[in-house]
Amino acid sequence: MAWFKRSKENISTDTRKDVPDGMWVKCDECGEMIHKKQWEANMYVCPKCNYHFRIGSEEYFSILFDEGTFKEMDKKIRSVDPLKFTDSKPYDKRIEETMKKTNLYDAIRTGTGELHKIPVVICCMDFKFIGGSMGSVLGEKIARAIDRCLKTGSPFMIISASGGARMMEGGISLMQLAKTSSRLAKLAEEKIPYISVITDPTTGGASASYAMLGDLNIAEPNALIGFAGPRVIKQATGKDLPKGFQRSEFLLEHGFLDLIVDRRDMKDRLGIILKHLLHKTNA
Amino acid sequence: MVLEFEKPLVELEQKIEEMRKMADTLDISAEINKLEVKINELRKNIFENLTPWQIVQLARHPERPYTLDYIYLMTENFVELHGDRQYRDDKAVVGGFASIGDHSVMIIGQQKGRDTKSNLYRNFGMMNPDGYRKALRLMKLAEKFNKPVITFLDTPGAYPGIEAEERGQAEAIARNILEMSRLKVPIIVVIIGEGASGGALGIGVGDRVLMLKYCWYSVISPESCSSILWRSWDFKEQAAEALKLTAPDLLKIGIIDRIIEEPFGGAHRNHEEAASILKKAIIEELELMSKVKKDKLLDNRIKKFQDMGFWKE
Repeated sequence: MAWFKRSKENISTDTRKDVPDGMWVKCDECGEMIHKKQWEANMYVCPKCNYHFRIGSEEYFSILFDEGTFKEMDKKIRSVDPLKFTDSKPYDKRIEETMKKTNLYDAIRTGTGELHKIPVVICCMDFKFIGGSMGSVLGEKIARAIDRCLKTGSPFMIISASGGARMMEGGISLMQLAKTSSRLAKLAEEKIPYISVITDPTTGGASASYAMLGDLNIAEPNALIGFAGPRVIKQATGKDLPKGFQRSEFLLEHGFLDLIVDRRDMKDRLGIILKHLLHKTNA
Repeated sequence: MVLEFEKPLVELEQKIEEMRKMADTLDISAEINKLEVKINELRKNIFENLTPWQIVQLARHPERPYTLDYIYLMTENFVELHGDRQYRDDKAVVGGFASIGDHSVMIIGQQKGRDTKSNLYRNFGMMNPDGYRKALRLMKLAEKFNKPVITFLDTPGAYPGIEAEERGQAEAIARNILEMSRLKVPIIVVIIGEGASGGALGIGVGDRVLMLKYCWYSVISPESCSSILWRSWDFKEQAAEALKLTAPDLLKIGIIDRIIEEPFGGAHRNHEEAASILKKAIIEELELMSKVKKDKLLDNRIKKFQDMGFWKE
């Protein structure tokens, strides 16, 4: 028998508001409250625990490109519904709604610009667009971006963030693995550098194609990277997954990444790497 | 094993069998003939109206011919080659030199087992990274000695295991897809059972993609698709329908190039006939391929995959 009895059913906290909405963000990892200005200035990395927040193409483009140099390519390519696919809602409706909600045309944006004055072509995925799923639009945009590199000789980069192929395009989305990888083979033949930048999370089709095929594979710290998702593996094997499993550091230890780079150093590091790759030595 | 929709057929067949035994003493050949006509009609009726989910079940039929069955039934002088030269020999994939017709080729295929023991040995046809690297090693060997490559796809998926991830499942598949797109010998891909996603495509990039009639090939299995999109395992029939994973659907959207007929009632009912139909088709394809110039071959292959996709601007 309790000595004290609550007079109200629940203690309600939802009226308490000492943090103005939209000014602060909470770190998903350590719970630290970060002022939005500081958060942006810190490139969306938690100043306390270095947690790299998931960000999109808009943010990456502004981080990597020299100011005012970015020109978007093929912006308005968008999905059709080749299979007339319907799950809980029709695919074309899902696309329509996602476009409205995210202000994006698909899960990838591509463009040209300069990185420390080096002309580059960069593709960047947006995880918030149907889980960064890869369908026909993504395949075509990457193919055209690579074609641009083949024409101009500019180095190529893809920043990945993807849950895998887009189920609503069935086998066609699977074929985007072949479409993008075969185009990369062409790029390799011409000895044009391709750097894969892998961010949280990159699994399934993206990792089983372009994300793992860089001349250099670079990841942000602690990104989830793998073929099968951890839940699937746990279910299939019935085993507990080791600590840090499928995280960037784990992949580096097993030999599948060249380096892990903090987002705040990314641009400078890429600049140095590109200078190495593009340097004409008298070999 | 008898699938649910095959049951009426099998019952009738058993009845005929019984009647045949009696036919020694009784003259009932007229009845037997009548019943045979009935069976054929019934079978035609069933097999012309298969749902995608029923086709998925046929593709997984445990008595279906597997890679090694086809190899033994349609090739000679098969020399099986093992190992990836790096870590181990993945038993979920087999490969080696073989003669088919007048051609000396490299055959590589995913291999399932027929009972629990052999399935554990073959890991249910689910390859590890070592398997993809073994396949690639054999393809490079074929390229070096100018042999066409034939691959057989029959997998429920790449193995989702801890060690598989440690050894780079994603990298292994990605590497194969890239290397196959520029391998300097003809590649003929045949889907002989299940073609599940990246695990299948990891040995599935080629100049010609053939598919047996009762197979499925897609980005995900209907069950997994159901569990992700419908958040329940109960929508596999709908998922199978929605994914357009059957041969006629894939032919329509250009993912496969040719459908290979199966014996009446499915390949599991007559391995020899299934193999002989496939053998004829492969020889035709090899002959066509041998006429294509090397650089043209690679351009065509890359273009083939470049053209896959639907979008608007």
